[in-house]
Amino acid sequence: MDFDFYLSTMWSVLKALPLTLEIWFSGVAIGLVIATGLTWLRASGYKLGEYFTRGYVFVFRGSPLLVQLYLIYFGLSQFDFVRHSPILWPILRDPMYCTIVAMALNTAAYSSEIFRGSLRAVPVGQIEAAKAFGMSAFTRFRLVTLPIALRLALPAYSTEIILMTKATALASVVTIMEMMGTAQKIQHDTFRPIEVLTCAGVIYLLLNLSIARLFAWVEYLLSPHLRPAPEQSQQVKPVPEVL
Amino acid sequence: MPASPAAAAKAAPSSDETPAISVKDLRKCFGDHEVLKGISLEAHKGDVISILGSSGSGKSTMLRCINLLETPDSGEVRVDGELIRMKPTRDGHQMPADIRQVERIRANLAMVFQSFNLWSHMTVLENLVAAPTHVLKRPRAECLEQAEALLKRVGIWERRNYYPPHMSGGQQQRAAIARALAMNPKVMLFDEPTSALDPELVGEVLRVMRSLAEEGRTMLVVTHEMGFARDVSSKVMFLHKGEVDSVGEPKEMFARPPTPQFKQFIANFNK
Repeated sequence: MDFDFYLSTMWSVLKALPLTLEIWFSGVAIGLVIATGLTWLRASGYKLGEYFTRGYVFVFRGSPLLVQLYLIYFGLSQFDFVRHSPILWPILRDPMYCTIVAMALNTAAYSSEIFRGSLRAVPVGQIEAAKAFGMSAFTRFRLVTLPIALRLALPAYSTEIILMTKATALASVVTIMEMMGTAQKIQHDTFRPIEVLTCAGVIYLLLNLSIARLFAWVEYLLSPHLRPAPEQSQQVKPVPEVL
Repeated sequence: MPASPAAAAKAAPSSDETPAISVKDLRKCFGDHEVLKGISLEAHKGDVISILGSSGSGKSTMLRCINLLETPDSGEVRVDGELIRMKPTRDGHQMPADIRQVERIRANLAMVFQSFNLWSHMTVLENLVAAPTHVLKRPRAECLEQAEALLKRVGIWERRNYYPPHMSGGQQQRAAIARALAMNPKVMLFDEPTSALDPELVGEVLRVMRSLAEEGRTMLVVTHEMGFARDVSSKVMFLHKGEVDSVGEPKEMFARPPTPQFKQFIANFNK
């Protein structure tokens, strides 16, 4: 095994990690904002809002992210008004922004479904108690609905975020030299796909491992009520005196 | 007041003071099923009214209509003389005209639920402090102090930092009663507070409720505990198929059931 090659490849791919993280973080953060809006629209009870979010989820969850990315990067620039728009064009002519936009729109669809489900899963009794004690809709949401829904959403949402780290690899097809793009270039230069792709794969694995651990830790912090009761966990069954 | 059939419900004891709760001609349908067919009730300060009835008689629905957890189709609810204002909806039902008013009134009517409904992500202490600080806007330190005192009173002070799932049903329900007391409510509503408990845990909850009755709290108690209804409450109300079947003084009611339905009902319990 050529350790030197492994090391140099590892180093080259790692140098692209900040870019991968940048795409990932921007996509997830903007996606979270859109998802929050979509969830609110869906839960608001307005029929029009419901139809819109259903349509949105249908389109962005139903088609491949790669297709969405191509449509945004190659497709939208066909329209004159996009090319002449002072707001759209600076964003859509840049492959980096296009990737972030595509990822944000895509993850928003999945996330809003996750949030919708977790909001619905908040036990009715918990909300009724909040109502019965005179809490306003906002206080109710802040003190009861949101904290419970958040805890319910975390496991599924962490999966979605991990999917997004892997999705950043798609940026390589629109000329971005993030980790996957860098790996591919080295592969083309050296014709050693096994070594290069293994390096990239290992970095993605470690990255996702740390994200998963981070979420597991947050989940743990937020759910003391689901852990064993304080003294039950330490309780030793007393030995019967008479046997 | 002698026990008598339905008409007695309206003949409330003569008193000049405003009733703590006054319900008039409450009606409620769930789809085609009419659950409440015109229920009236008056509770004065210090009254402990046990509301009895077989399942489906509408007793829980009635209680939930008082704090608007269910919206009655018609009829009026007054708390301390204040009418809860309603407005018609497009589909022919009605809804609260002013949700702020409802929230203000709810804060005076603490409720204890059958399944406790303690907020599971908060410790017992946080459960007791949440509504007083955020609804009544009282200082947190003062609320904490009161909460600890209340937990001592219901005998679970040692569990103050526990989360609800870590406690027995009886402890949870006592915590829920303490949570209700923390609001200094004018009236306490109990919706079958012992029905979800293991038989050996019922006693501890009933003891707390009895002590509340003895200190003169105004309580509406939907219950299946005949002993509590007979010995602790000041008035018994028996609902049958969505109507007030009979109302009266408990000893009298149980000694001489005024209607065949009530007689049948208590006979089933004594089996």
